Amino acid sequence: MQALDQAPAALAATPSGAPVVALRGVTKRFPGVVANDDVTIEIRSGEVHVLLGENGAGKSTLVGMLSGLQQPDEGRIEIDGKVCVVASPKQALAMGMGTVFQHSMLVPSLTVTDNFALGGPWWKRPDRAGIAAGIRDTARRLGLRVDPQALVSSLSLGERQQVEILRALMRGSRCLILDEATAMLTPHEAVALGELMRRLVAQGIAVIFITHKLNEAIAYGDRISVLRLGRKVGEIDPDALRGASESENIERIIALMFGTSEKGESVRRVQVSRRLGDVVLTVEGLCCDAGRVPVRDISFSVRSGEILGIAGIDGNGQKELAEVLAGQLPRGSGSILLMGSEMGGASVGERRNRGLRYVTDDRLGEGTVGTFPVATNFLLKDIGADPFWRGGIERPQEIRLQAERHVRDFDIRTPGTQTPVGKLSGGNIQKVLLARELTGAAEAVIFAKPTYGLDVNNIRTTRKRIREAADSGKAVVLISTDLDELLELADRIAVMDRGRLRGIVGNDDDARDAIGRLMSAGDDE
Amino acid sequence: MTDEQVVSATAQSAARTDTFPRLLRVVSLGVGPLVAALVLGGLVLLLMGFNPLSYYAYVVQRAIFSPSGLEATLTRMGPLLLIAASLIVAFRAGIWNLGGDGQYLLAAVFVAAIVPLMLGILPVWTNLLLGLFIGAAVGAIWGLLPAILKAWQGLNEIITTLMMSFLGVSLANVLVKLAFLDPATTTPQTRTLPVEARLPRLFDTSVSSGLIIGLVAVIAVHLIMTRTSFGMRLRLVGANPRAAIHAGLSVPTLTIAVFAISAALAGLSGAVDILGTHGNVRADWNPAYSLTVVPLVFLARLNGFGSIAYVFLFSALTIGGESAARRIGVPSFFSLVIVAILLITLGLAEYLDKRHQERARR
Ligand SMILES: Nc1ncnc2c1ncn2[C@@H]1O[C@H](COP(=O)(O)OP(=O)(O)OP(=O)(O)O)[C@@H](O)[C@H]1O
Ligand SMILES: [Mg+2]
Repeated sequence: MQALDQAPAALAATPSGAPVVALRGVTKRFPGVVANDDVTIEIRSGEVHVLLGENGAGKSTLVGMLSGLQQPDEGRIEIDGKVCVVASPKQALAMGMGTVFQHSMLVPSLTVTDNFALGGPWWKRPDRAGIAAGIRDTARRLGLRVDPQALVSSLSLGERQQVEILRALMRGSRCLILDEATAMLTPHEAVALGELMRRLVAQGIAVIFITHKLNEAIAYGDRISVLRLGRKVGEIDPDALRGASESENIERIIALMFGTSEKGESVRRVQVSRRLGDVVLTVEGLCCDAGRVPVRDISFSVRSGEILGIAGIDGNGQKELAEVLAGQLPRGSGSILLMGSEMGGASVGERRNRGLRYVTDDRLGEGTVGTFPVATNFLLKDIGADPFWRGGIERPQEIRLQAERHVRDFDIRTPGTQTPVGKLSGGNIQKVLLARELTGAAEAVIFAKPTYGLDVNNIRTTRKRIREAADSGKAVVLISTDLDELLELADRIAVMDRGRLRGIVGNDDDARDAIGRLMSAGDDE
Repeated sequence: MTDEQVVSATAQSAARTDTFPRLLRVVSLGVGPLVAALVLGGLVLLLMGFNPLSYYAYVVQRAIFSPSGLEATLTRMGPLLLIAASLIVAFRAGIWNLGGDGQYLLAAVFVAAIVPLMLGILPVWTNLLLGLFIGAAVGAIWGLLPAILKAWQGLNEIITTLMMSFLGVSLANVLVKLAFLDPATTTPQTRTLPVEARLPRLFDTSVSSGLIIGLVAVIAVHLIMTRTSFGMRLRLVGANPRAAIHAGLSVPTLTIAVFAISAALAGLSGAVDILGTHGNVRADWNPAYSLTVVPLVFLARLNGFGSIAYVFLFSALTIGGESAARRIGVPSFFSLVIVAILLITLGLAEYLDKRHQERARR
């Protein structure tokens, strides 16, 4: 929604060309699931083709076959009208398929130029000056500003993504694949990416864009295909897309995605009618230099039943704050009180036992173990607990029953409870994490970007569960880069900028403006 | 709900129809590389000017089909299995304890030095138990420094355990030559434990009960790692240390525990070898079991039962190979050549299998 406000109003409509790539009757099976079922899709040059679908619908699998990561079981892939086998990512690149994955594939310790040189033949000394000139040239053509000499680690997520797009294009890609490219970007960066996509298609490149944000899909897309349970259930062509209003389009898409005509957007503000209880979590003068972004002098308190939102652009110390609170980073100074007693010196496990929970946003890095079964991942934080272990001995029956319950309650799409969690789709991994964290008793819960990577429906249920957690008397700290999410859920919203809290505002009618003022106030320093 | 049912139903039927080919695959994946390794090893033998068929026939005959050979094979399995258990604990927890040789040898030397001295004082049974305990304790102590450095300083344990292993082997030698020398003999070695004071034989064979200790240890380790909460914690640390921290586990404490168990098992292996088979330690003796068992446990994918099979095979190869060295003249380390080739053929088989599966899907 944020993104739409800032999107340029008239995005140039480009004439659609012939299909560059086409998938015809493609089926892909994994043990226990049909990830893609007889899907036919044409990607035309000069078009942004948006792929939509709920979590686990098969979007990543579909583009995985174009980028050479997966092979179709049935059906065929045509490039420029000729049937092709895309056997490896390298071959995909040679055929003009460039993919930008959700997680950066750049080497952080190298410069941009050296990252570009990596693909070259190993026996030749890379022509650094030539590459750098090429980077500047292409960047200028696309209206980007990229410093070829910059270390990748010094770039923001959005800049890294631009670098990856640049790299794909310099290797001659005619079809650019972006899988959930905007999920981790700030609203600003997301808009910039959208504009870049428009410029690319204006130059005749085809773009495949996967997203969960419907407004982005409508703002930047020319053609929209919707997947549902692996099947393609609908396609909205450019004329239909432009002929309808935004809300008509959204309604149509939601109907296709979920097979119902539920109202998708639920941006109704929650009236703050909850009764707030005693103060549960108090933070005073908290400092920490151990993380990437130093955290300075943080003070706030959260009462039972209250949701404190923490807004701010990603990478301004939110993650560090959450980790200090959870005990994963050592506190420099200051105090953390839970139910009135000091907790700053306690270990992660002790804090958890005393009722503090931390729902991490790094679902694959620390939230789950990809090679462990789904059932095991539900229990990572309760190893040894009754009734799943008795006298230290595992009880597979109990573990299986709880897993089946979670899978049902949280609508986790998985072939079985013994499937390794790494094989699930991104959104379903997130649901595994949420199922683990949202059950059981707690005093205070810290959520870090709880809805990232989820589809519209799952976002709604997750927000409902967060609200229920507060209603049941928990103190909730909700870290999010999505202002609408905070405005929907929080009682008060704090703004974090460069490791400090710039202020806390009540969530009333002019909260959006007040937060905007606080965010820009930091710039003056 | 209905979707889920459909999904799980297809999963089940898929599992059922797959069972037979899968069994076939497992067998061909397990046996194929072994056969290939033996054939390639045979080629090496041919190049060396030996008749591979007679070599293999001799090895099998001596190590498995002759009663005394089979007994020697089974006896040697005891210490090897304990080493395997030691490695499985460590590797499953993501810790590379490559210092098993030092832990083994130092434990062996201390056991060989102390146990004969107490012969008259204590009954044989307590003496043996004490010996086993000393072995485990010495091994664990030798693993302590790398454990502490890893747990609190994050120092790479591959380097520290290897260095401690070299130190341990040298120290063991020095001890044998200087401190624990048997005054009654001229060759530099420790006092010898009389045969009647060693670990009891099984029934009326010459197989040492060390085999039982080894089997119990490997199976116990396997069950602990797969069925208990403690094992689950260790596997979590091994699979993803950041997830372990996030889940509130004390990674340093678990690291120390893993080192203690792993090194104690390596030390126990030394004790069993001395108390069951050798009875003394000669200077410059170092069977280097630990580093030779590393590939075996990996071939078995850190599975306890698989390790038993591989250890049996390896034990038979070495026992047979040692006789063959005396009789035919093929160097006794040829068994290591076979293990090396086996590693390569197994890797190849896995690669081909993956390629084949991908091809089949297309
Ligand atoms: N490597 C794999 N092995 C087994 N199953 C897989 C594998 N990759 C994907 N799947 C399954 O295929 C289905 C489709 O997954 P996919 O990742 O394509 O979904 P998605 O549409 O990208 O979802 P999300 O929005 O959550 O990222 C899921 O049920 C998933 O569990
Ligand atoms: Mg995906």
